Amino acid sequence: MTIEFTLNGQPVSAQAQADDSLYTVLRALNIASVKCGCETTNCGLCTVHMNGRAVLSCSVPAPRAAGQQVVTLEGLQEQAKEFGGYLADEGAEQCGFCAPGLIMNVLALAKENPHATDAEADAYLAGNLCRCSGYMGQRRAIRRYLDALAARESGEVRA
Amino acid sequence: MASFQQYVMARSLEEAYELNQKKSSVIVAGNMWLRLCGARKQTAIDLSALGLDRIEETDTELVLGAMTTLRQLEQSAALDSAFGGAFAQAVSPIVGTQFRNTATLGGSVYGRFGFSDVSTLLLALGATVTLHHRGDVPLAQFQQEPWDRDIVTHIRIPKGQRAAVRSVRLTATDFPVLVCAASAGADGLRLCVGARPMRAMVAAEGLAPGEAEQAIERIAEGLPLGTNLRASEVYRRKIAPVLLGRAMQGCLTGEGE
Repeated sequence: MTIEFTLNGQPVSAQAQADDSLYTVLRALNIASVKCGCETTNCGLCTVHMNGRAVLSCSVPAPRAAGQQVVTLEGLQEQAKEFGGYLADEGAEQCGFCAPGLIMNVLALAKENPHATDAEADAYLAGNLCRCSGYMGQRRAIRRYLDALAARESGEVRA
Repeated sequence: MASFQQYVMARSLEEAYELNQKKSSVIVAGNMWLRLCGARKQTAIDLSALGLDRIEETDTELVLGAMTTLRQLEQSAALDSAFGGAFAQAVSPIVGTQFRNTATLGGSVYGRFGFSDVSTLLLALGATVTLHHRGDVPLAQFQQEPWDRDIVTHIRIPKGQRAAVRSVRLTATDFPVLVCAASAGADGLRLCVGARPMRAMVAAEGLAPGEAEQAIERIAEGLPLGTNLRASEVYRRKIAPVLLGRAMQGCLTGEGE
């Protein structure tokens, strides 16, 4: 079947089997940021935004994406680069494999709850697993990123 | 992984029901467990174009569409106001935000999974399941029935009661080892247990608060519990009275975890 949807702001038309997931279709469209990291619907590595909400693309049936707005890391390069800078500054990750999914969920958090406390951020991001156990560095980076967004919003200059 | 030969976006519940009468068909709700259980079906029937993703409030009840996501339950102001934080307590430990944005209420209820947090709470709240063909069936009855070919369209929960949920997990985001839910309404306290690891059940109902406190040890002793990879029956029986007590306290005092 042919599925038409909006990918990173551009209309796309993709071929899919009846049992394909959105993840499979995105990979076939050369969206390399989206990865299947667990096969058990647990790790958060395949996270994309569908109609503004973070979802596991491994479990979204591809036909359900028809007519919807899908955004991947490729479509959020500016924001991803900024938050990625904080991750790098904190030496947050060893291998970086989980970073695309984490970044997509952090950007969803920043949009949904820009003034999140540490506890709220932890709860929001609990479904993003890091196998290098780089959580402490990630948490510092997330705190600094959210604080910087808040400072920018209130007109302060970022330190 | 599940395999389907054709995928139908149903245009009406009647169409979905007709298609689902074949054993080779399956309803796709959140596609979380369905995908993982490796179902091999001819026809997948998608309910997401039928407007079943809404939470509506009447004078007497909350009516939840079957395609409402677990995240909607967690964030609903109407549910929070009607039942305190019970829904957030029940669903927030489940995997992660992205998972709960995709998993649905109807999938949880229809599946009658032996690990369901949400069914345990709904049972405590005396929910009713609305099926397209059969109409309204009490969840307590539905929980004991075999899977059939009808379609869950809505869940109805009577207002005028409070509830709380407590669970134990070996690690955050994992399946629960045990879930206990308590509700208090005009008919007294109702205590429910899930992840036994079998379908959630009513452990006791119609209790006065003082009476329930006295009875908790006895209720826990009589529960049908089992063993799986996560915990033994003995362990579950040890923690059951503690969790039941905490759920009851949470329900009576309105305090969170």
